[in-house]
Amino acid sequence: MSPTAVEFTQASKQYGRFVAVDGLDLTIHQGEVIGLLGHNGAGKTTSMKMLLGVTSPTSGTVRVFGEDPSGQQAHTLRQKLGYLPESVSFYEQLTGLEVLRYFARLKRVDTRGCEALLEQVGLKEEAIQKRVKTYSKGMRQRLGLAQALLGEPRLLLLDEPTVGLDPLATRDLYAMLDQLRKQGVTIILSSHVLPGIERHIDRAAIMGQGRLLAVGSLEALREHAELPLLIQVRGGNAREQADALDSLGVTCTPVQENQLEVKGSASTKMEVLRRLMQQPGVEDIDVLPPSLETLYAHISLQGARP
Amino acid sequence: MNPILTVAGKEFRDGLRNRWIIAITLIFALLSLGLAYFGAAASGRVGFTSLDTTIISLASLAIFIVPLIALLLAYHTVVGEEEQGTLLLLLTYPLGRGQLLAGKFLGHTGIIGISSLLGFGIAGVVMATFSDETALAELLGAYSYFIVSVMMLGLVFVAFAHLISVLVAEKTRAAGLALLVWFLFVLIFDLALLGALVATEGKVGADIFPYLLLLNPTDVFRLANLAGFEAAQAHAGLSTIATPEILSPGFLLGVLSLWIAIPFSLAVWLFSRRQA
Repeated sequence: MSPTAVEFTQASKQYGRFVAVDGLDLTIHQGEVIGLLGHNGAGKTTSMKMLLGVTSPTSGTVRVFGEDPSGQQAHTLRQKLGYLPESVSFYEQLTGLEVLRYFARLKRVDTRGCEALLEQVGLKEEAIQKRVKTYSKGMRQRLGLAQALLGEPRLLLLDEPTVGLDPLATRDLYAMLDQLRKQGVTIILSSHVLPGIERHIDRAAIMGQGRLLAVGSLEALREHAELPLLIQVRGGNAREQADALDSLGVTCTPVQENQLEVKGSASTKMEVLRRLMQQPGVEDIDVLPPSLETLYAHISLQGARP
Repeated sequence: MNPILTVAGKEFRDGLRNRWIIAITLIFALLSLGLAYFGAAASGRVGFTSLDTTIISLASLAIFIVPLIALLLAYHTVVGEEEQGTLLLLLTYPLGRGQLLAGKFLGHTGIIGISSLLGFGIAGVVMATFSDETALAELLGAYSYFIVSVMMLGLVFVAFAHLISVLVAEKTRAAGLALLVWFLFVLIFDLALLGALVATEGKVGADIFPYLLLLNPTDVFRLANLAGFEAAQAHAGLSTIATPEILSPGFLLGVLSLWIAIPFSLAVWLFSRRQA
C-alpha cells in the first residue's frame, strides 16, 4: 500500500450550532483519485477547507502528508497543494497571464512557466493576454486549474470542477485529470453531478449531512448496497419472456407489449441472459449496471434514516 | 520575493490601472493650486498668496477629502476579494493572513504616498515659482510637514478601511460603514465636543479638552497643521482652545501613527482569528 496522503481522524467542524462535518474518518493514499460525492451542504467544501488549513477542525485531527495543515509547517505544506475553488471569478481587470503570474509569485514558483501552463490547460495564446472580464466560464475554470497546478502539486483538490462547463470542456478537464493521475498526483474531486466522473476515480466517498455515508471502489459500493441489475429487453413477446425467467427470482415488468424490464441481483445476470437469448424475436438486450446516481440515491436514503 | 511585497505590488499596480493614483494626484494638485490662486479672493485679489495661508486652507479642506478618498480606496480590500472568491484561494497559499493584510496596506500606502507627493508637490513647485515670498525655505519645511501629515491622515483611514473590510461580509455594508466612519470623525465628533463644551459652559473639561481632541485623528491632523502657524490663530476655530505647547508637531505625528497602528492591528487580529 502506498503511503498516506490524507488522513481525517474523527474530524468535526462546527459553525456555531451548525455541524458542517461530523466525525469524519477517511484515509486517502498517495496517487489515489477519490471522488467526494454529495449534495450541496453535505460537508464536501468544509472537508476540503480543513485539508487546506483554511479552517481547523473543532475536534479530531486532519493530517496532510503527515502534517497538520494549519500548523507550523503549513507554508511548506501548502506549496505541495493545489486547489480549485467552486466559484472563483479572479481579478477581472487583469489578463489571464497576469493573474497566473501573481499567484505563481505568491506560491514562489518561477513565473516563466506560466505561459506553458496556460497552454497546457488549453487557454489559447491570444486569450491569455485578454482581461479575465472577457472570459467565459470555461476559460475561467481553465485558468483556475492552471492556478491549481502551479508548482506541480502532490495533492490536488478540485471543488465541483465541472459545474457550468460545456461537454467539450468537461471532457478536456477529465483528460487532464487522467494525465495527472498517471503522474501519481493524489486528486480529491468533489461533485454533486455524478454522471461522467465514474471512470475517472479510484474510490468514491459519499457524504451526507456532514457524515461519511460510504466509501470504497464503485464495485464494492455496488455490492455493498446490493443494488439490482437492470436488464432491458426489446422485441418478442414480453409476457412469454417473463414466464421463462420466472424460476430465477427476478422481477419482470413489461413496459410495452414487446418491451420488458428485468430487475434482479447481479449473480443472476448470466442465467437471465442465457434464457433471454433462447426467446424468439428478441431484438436487443441492454444490461444496465446501477449507476453512481442510483447508488448515491440508495446510500443517502439509508443515511437519512435514523 | 517576499509575499508582502508581491501583494503590495499588485495592489499598487491596481491603483495605477484603475486610475486611482492619477485621480488622487489630480484632485490634490488642483485643490492646492486653486486654493493658492483664489485663496485671497475674499480680500479682493487673486494670484498666488502666501504659502502659509494656503497650507491652512488646504489643511481645512484635506480634513474632509483625504479621509473620504482613503476609505473609498480601501474599504473593499478584503471583502471584495471575498466576494470574487479569490480570498479563499489566497488563504490556501503559503502566505499568512497578517502578511496578506500588510501587503495590501503597504500597497495602499504607496498609492496615498505617491499621489500626495506628486499632487501637492507639483502644486508646491508652482507656488514656489510664482510666489515672491522671501522666507521660502522656512515655508518649505511647513509644506513638507503638511504633505507628511496628509499621508498619515490618509493612512489612518486606510487602516480604518481595512478594519471595516475584515468586519463585514458584503461590499455594500462595508461601503455604508465607511461612510459612517467618515461622518463620525469628520463631522459628528467635533460637533458633539463643541456641544458638550457649550452645554457645560466650558466649566467641565476645559483642562482635558486638548486631549479629547486627540481622540479624533482628523483633529490631530488639524492641530498638527494649524497650531504651528501664527496666521492660524484667525482660522483655527475649535483647535485654538488647545494649547500648542503640549501638542508639539512631532508629538502629534506620533499620535497619528498610533491612529494608524491601532485600527490596523485590530484588523489583523480579527482577520487572523476569523473562520473562513
